[in-house]
Amino acid sequence: MAITSEEALVDAVKDAAGSISVQGGGTRGLPATGQVVSVAGLQGITLYEPGALTLVAKPGTPVAEIEEALAAENQRLAFEPMDHRGLLGTTGTPTIGGVMAGNISGPRRISVGAARDFLLGVRFVDGRGAVVKNGGRVMKNVTGYDLVKLMAGSFGTLGVLSEVSMKVLPRPETQATLVLHGLEDAAAVAAMARALGSPFEVTGAAHDPATRETALRIEGFEASVSYRLSQLQSLLAGAGAEIEQRDATATQAIWSGIRDVAAFHDGQGDVWRVSCKPSDAPGIAARSGAERWTYDWAGGLIWLRSAAGHDLRAAIGPMDGHATLVRADAQTKARLGVFHPEPAGVARLTAALRAQFDPKGIFNAGQLDRAA
Amino acid sequence: MEMPIPSQGVIARKARVVERLRQVLPDDAVISDERETRAYECDALTAYKCAPMVAVLPYTTQQVSDVLRICHEEGVPVVPRGSGTSLAGGALPTADCVILGVARMNDVIETDYANRIIKVQTGRTNLSVTGAVEEDGFFYAPDPSSQLACAIAGNIAMNSGGAHCLKYGVTTNNLMGVTMVLMDGEVIEVGGGYLDAGGLDLLGLTCGSEGQLGVVTEATLRILHKPEGARPVLIGFDDNEVAGECVSDIIKAGVLPVAIEFMDRPCIEATEAFAKAGYPMCEALLIIEVEGSDAEIDHQLGLISEIAQRHNPVELRQSKSAEESAKIWLGRKSAFGAMGQINDYMCLDGTIPVSSLPFVLKRIKEMSDQFGLKVGNVFHAGDGNMHPLILFDANKPGDLELCEEFGAEILKLCVEVGGCLTGEHGVGIEKRDLMHVQYAYDDLEAQMAVKDVFDPAWLLNPAKVFPLDASETRRAVALAAE
Repeated sequence: MAITSEEALVDAVKDAAGSISVQGGGTRGLPATGQVVSVAGLQGITLYEPGALTLVAKPGTPVAEIEEALAAENQRLAFEPMDHRGLLGTTGTPTIGGVMAGNISGPRRISVGAARDFLLGVRFVDGRGAVVKNGGRVMKNVTGYDLVKLMAGSFGTLGVLSEVSMKVLPRPETQATLVLHGLEDAAAVAAMARALGSPFEVTGAAHDPATRETALRIEGFEASVSYRLSQLQSLLAGAGAEIEQRDATATQAIWSGIRDVAAFHDGQGDVWRVSCKPSDAPGIAARSGAERWTYDWAGGLIWLRSAAGHDLRAAIGPMDGHATLVRADAQTKARLGVFHPEPAGVARLTAALRAQFDPKGIFNAGQLDRAA
Repeated sequence: MEMPIPSQGVIARKARVVERLRQVLPDDAVISDERETRAYECDALTAYKCAPMVAVLPYTTQQVSDVLRICHEEGVPVVPRGSGTSLAGGALPTADCVILGVARMNDVIETDYANRIIKVQTGRTNLSVTGAVEEDGFFYAPDPSSQLACAIAGNIAMNSGGAHCLKYGVTTNNLMGVTMVLMDGEVIEVGGGYLDAGGLDLLGLTCGSEGQLGVVTEATLRILHKPEGARPVLIGFDDNEVAGECVSDIIKAGVLPVAIEFMDRPCIEATEAFAKAGYPMCEALLIIEVEGSDAEIDHQLGLISEIAQRHNPVELRQSKSAEESAKIWLGRKSAFGAMGQINDYMCLDGTIPVSSLPFVLKRIKEMSDQFGLKVGNVFHAGDGNMHPLILFDANKPGDLELCEEFGAEILKLCVEVGGCLTGEHGVGIEKRDLMHVQYAYDDLEAQMAVKDVFDPAWLLNPAKVFPLDASETRRAVALAAE
C-alpha cells in the first residue's frame, strides 16, 4: 500500500486487520512482516529557513534531496547519517523518515550529537490512528514530555512519522584529516582519546586495525583547520606513529568510507555494531571472536565481522554497552535477536510503552524484539 | 494558579507515614515539624507557596527507593526537589505531599577523562560539576543562569539550557545515563558510558519529564575540554528588526558563535542604571561570543563585525582582553537583578523561530502599552529562546493576575508564530494551563499515556505539566484507590 497523505496514513492504520510493516526507502534491511505500508510517497520539504537553521520535511523525502537543498545554502545534516546500501546490499532511496526512525548517525556523532539530537519536532500516527504532534521547529523546547526523542530510534514501533522537523548546521569552509600510521588497537584508542580530550574540536576519530591507520578529522575555517592540525600533530607526537595530513578531497573520501563501513561491503559474514565505552573497545573486540573489526567514535563504536551464525554477544560476555546484529540471514537474526537484551526493568517499560502507543500490536511486529 | 484540593485522607495518615519514613531514613533526613517544612513551601516561583506534609532528604539511592515504595504503598503524592530554583513551580509542594529533596546526594562517583564522562549524584550543583574537572581543563557545558545553585537533578527534570547551548546543546544532549527510581521503588539504569542505547530512548524521554516519571539519583554526563579562549563582540542597533536580520545573516554566513545574546532598550536602560557596564543607549544590543585560539577568535569576530557593519550599527565593540570581555558580559549577567531593582518581575521563556523576532518584539511592545505593564526583553537570540521580563507590583492588588494574563498572551503569541511555551524553564504549574494552546487533545493524551506507564497511580509530582482538567480522571483514580 502506497501512502501519499497523512489522512491516508490514518485510514491505513485504522483499517489494518493485522500487522503492518512501515517502509520508507527500504534500504535499512528491516524485515517486513504483514502488509507493507510504504510512506515513500509522503514526501517534500515543507519549510526551510536557513537563517533559523531549521528544515521541515515529510518522512518519505529522500535524504539526497534534503542534502541538496541544504548544500545550496551552504548547510548540512551535521549528524552525517550513514547510508546502509553498501553494507546491506540493498537498493532503493534512503529517506529522512528512515534516518529518524532508526536514529541513524555517522562519525560526527561524537562531536555534534546523533540524529535524535537534531530532531526538533514530529507528527506521527499512533496505533489507534490518532495524529500526535510533539516538539516543534524551534531549537529549544521543553514544553511537555520529549516524545521526539522517544520516536527517534523507535523503528516505527510506536507510530508512523508523518512529518519531521530538524535542526541543520552551516557547512564549514574546509576540512582535513590527520592520519597516524602503525598503531595497535589500544594505542590508537588512547591517541583518539587524547585528541578528543583536547580543545581542537576533532569531528571524527576512527581506526582501522587492518591498515593500522588512525584518522582524525578537523573542520572549520581554512586558517583554523591548519592551526588545529598542527596543534594536534604536536599533541600526538609522542604516540610513536608516523603522522601525515590529508586534504579536503581525500578527507571527503576517507570519512564517507568510515560512515558507510566500506570495509565490509564485500558481503562476507555477519556484521555486528557495538556501542561501548571507548576505552573498553579493544578488549571487547579482542574477545568477540570476530574475524575483523574497525573503530569509529574514538572507539565508542566498533563494527565487527564474524563468521555467519556466530553469537558475538555470548563471546563478549557482560559489557557496559550493547551489540546490534546488523547483517545476517533471517534465521540467525531470529535466533540471536537483532537488538541487545535489556535489563528487566527497562524491558518492561519498553513493552508497556509499545502497548500504550500501539494497543493492537500492529506496527512493525518483530522490530526491537530481542532474543529470549 | 489552581492546585488540587489536598487529600484529607493522606493528611490524616501523616503520623503513620512519618513513622514509616523514620524507619528507613536517618533522623536528620525526615522533616515533619510544621515550622521546618515551611522551608520547602516554594521554589523560585515565589508567588505560589504551600508547605508540604513532610520533607525527606535521603543520602542514597536505596533510601530514595525506600521512600518511594512507602509513599506508593500509602498513596502519598511525592514532589521531587533539586535545589528549588525552578522558575516554573516545578518543585511547588501540595499540603498532602512528601517533598523528596536530593540535595544531600552530591558526590562525584567517577571522573573518566579518557572517555570524557563524569558520574555524579544528582543533588550536586551544576557549577560544581565543572568545579570537579576544571583543574584538568574540562567543563560541563549546559550553563543555566542559576548554575551556582541549581542541581543536576533539576537540570535533568527540566532539560535546562543556558547561554552557551547554541553550540553545546542543552541538558539532554549532554546526558549519557541515569540511575532512576520509579514510584514503586524499582531502581533502573538507562544508558551509561556509551552512546545511543539500542531500543526506545528512555533516557531522552526522562530528560525534561519534570520529575513525573521517576526520581533520578545518579547521572553520567558528557564533559568537554575547555576551549583555548573565548571573547565577545558587542553590537548596538537603532532598530530591533535590523538586529534580528544581523543575527540571521551571521548564522547564514556559517559562523556558529557559542552564544548570541539580545537585549532591548528597556533592559539596556535598567542594566545601565544598575551595573554601569557602559552600554550604548539604543534599541537593541547583541553580545556575540566565539571560541578558539586568539587568532581564531580574531578571525571569527572579524567576520561577524563585517556582517554587522552592513547593518549600520550604532556601536561595535570587539573585546581584545579578558577585562573587556568581562565588561561586555557584566550588563547581560546583571540584567535580571537590574530589572528586579525596579520592581517585581515575572520571567517568561517562550521560544520563537528566529525569523519572527522583529514581529514578536513589536507585538510585545503593543501589548505592554495595552496592559500598562513594562517589559524588558533579554534572551538567547541564536536559538530564539526569549526571556520577556514583565514588571509588576506584588503589593498592588490585582497586579500579579494582570501580569499573568499579559504573560499568557505573550506565550500564546510565541505558539502562534510557530514557537513554544517554554524553551528551558519547563512547564511546572506556571504554563500548565496553557498547554492546550500548544497541544491538541491527542497530543496531551500521548504524553499522559507515558506517565501512565511509569507512574500508573499518578503520585509523582501529579499536579504539574498537564492542565488539571486534562489529568483529572487519571488523578482521580489515584484518590479513589485510597
